[in-house]
Amino acid sequence: MELRTEPFVLNMGPQHPSTHGVFRMRVTFDGEVVVDMEPIFGYLHRGIEKLAETRTYTQVIPLTDRLDYLASMTNNHAYVLAVEKLAGIPVPERAEYLRVIMDELMRISSHLMAVGFFLNDLGCSVYTPLLYMYREREKILDLFEMVCGQRLTYNYMRIGGVSHDIPEEFMPALKKFVAEMPSFIDEYDQLLAENEILLARTKGVGILPRELAINASASGPVLRASGIKWDIRKKDPYSVYERFDFEIPTGKVGDTYDRYRVRIQEMRQSAHILEQAIEQLPSGEVQSKMPHLLHPPVGEAYGHIEAPRGELGFYLVSDNSIAPYRCHIRAPTLINLTALRDMVIGWKLADAIIIFGSIDIILGEVDR
Amino acid sequence: MTKPLLGQEVAKQIAEYLPEAIIESNETAVTVRSESLFQIAQFLKTTPGLEFDYLTGITSVDYLDYLEVVYHLTSIEHNHSLVLKTRCHNRENPSVPSVVSLWCGADFQEREVYDLMGITFLDHPNLKRLFLWEGFEGHPLRRDYL
Repeated sequence: MELRTEPFVLNMGPQHPSTHGVFRMRVTFDGEVVVDMEPIFGYLHRGIEKLAETRTYTQVIPLTDRLDYLASMTNNHAYVLAVEKLAGIPVPERAEYLRVIMDELMRISSHLMAVGFFLNDLGCSVYTPLLYMYREREKILDLFEMVCGQRLTYNYMRIGGVSHDIPEEFMPALKKFVAEMPSFIDEYDQLLAENEILLARTKGVGILPRELAINASASGPVLRASGIKWDIRKKDPYSVYERFDFEIPTGKVGDTYDRYRVRIQEMRQSAHILEQAIEQLPSGEVQSKMPHLLHPPVGEAYGHIEAPRGELGFYLVSDNSIAPYRCHIRAPTLINLTALRDMVIGWKLADAIIIFGSIDIILGEVDR
Repeated sequence: MTKPLLGQEVAKQIAEYLPEAIIESNETAVTVRSESLFQIAQFLKTTPGLEFDYLTGITSVDYLDYLEVVYHLTSIEHNHSLVLKTRCHNRENPSVPSVVSLWCGADFQEREVYDLMGITFLDHPNLKRLFLWEGFEGHPLRRDYL
């Protein structure tokens, strides 16, 4: 008797612990091997771009907090940068430094979560690595709480500066954190970098070739892991990034391991930038003089920054009214998912989960 | 620094290749006719010296008189950027050629524009709504959608 086989379609998500939010993958299997995958979006679509059209420029800032909710500071930064470009607003030097400090703290915090959840997806389901990561993230959240009173949706940056100067207790706590951080990264490295299970599960898995990474508009750690030295902080410096000395870590083959390694190395670089920013931090104002209601001249601007997950851009169109005529968000994680189908085909279900985890998506930003 | 190429300069190069394609050009952008968009995109991607190998983003704006599709292009090779635009005057059934075959990164972004602005991308391999469900009426990012 001949056994017949047929492909099997499985819906992963939208409620599934490994999809990092309400994301659905419609996966077709042949046995345990993935033969096709279709991502399905929209479960967290709130119409943020439409909502922005009915708010003043300043009122849009809290909306940006709700995009990538593990990196609200960088979302704030990308948006205010675009508005400043649109309206030609200067930013005091001290505010630029504070923005860089917040961005880099946010990057460390976000990468900690990315690596922690990635290890969880790998099967460390007792949450041990994740809780190690939470230990450090907690200190960063305490720092953010000092400057703006919030731990998740900061709403800290303002058009033309930041909302508050830092309180007295902030600097000692930040210096302590920056001094301790490298030894914590060493600790993770000792535990993980040579770990046999980690290597066996990630080396050579889910390779994103260099050409496909560029063609699929990947950005951030996903692009750099494929060997492309592309970081907007270096290639198109904004704020005061050209004053700092730091490296762009890249991967060699673009596999899941490289994406994990790039994030670990970026944390070291962020700590290095923080050291320099603390040293150079000037005194002065943190907010430039602004009109009561901002009416940018008719025109358009695209402001982009290197957010923890890739190139975050805001395309704003002004008709000289108090609200943006159009506010488009270039969400890095939505676009990074373009290549996911090519990356998971041919791998088993358990591999598909870690390949997906290594892209590190946040649904608030994917669906907007 | 990423060098934003002047629209007029690039328009001159395009004019040598396909003069009738250009609608207008200014410092920030080049606007081309939607019928020739694919040819222009291919030209920008493959011409030595331009080589826009990276499609940063696609978006659209509803100006009521016409719908505009905006392409932000970057060259990783040369570290320069360009804004390419095209227009659709037909609000009932607007369409633009798809660029997915040039940059596969356009896939979800064109679907997003189709979903929220109602612009059809011809020859897109899988043109479905991205965020809203099939059967949803209207396109919310249009200015006349309330």
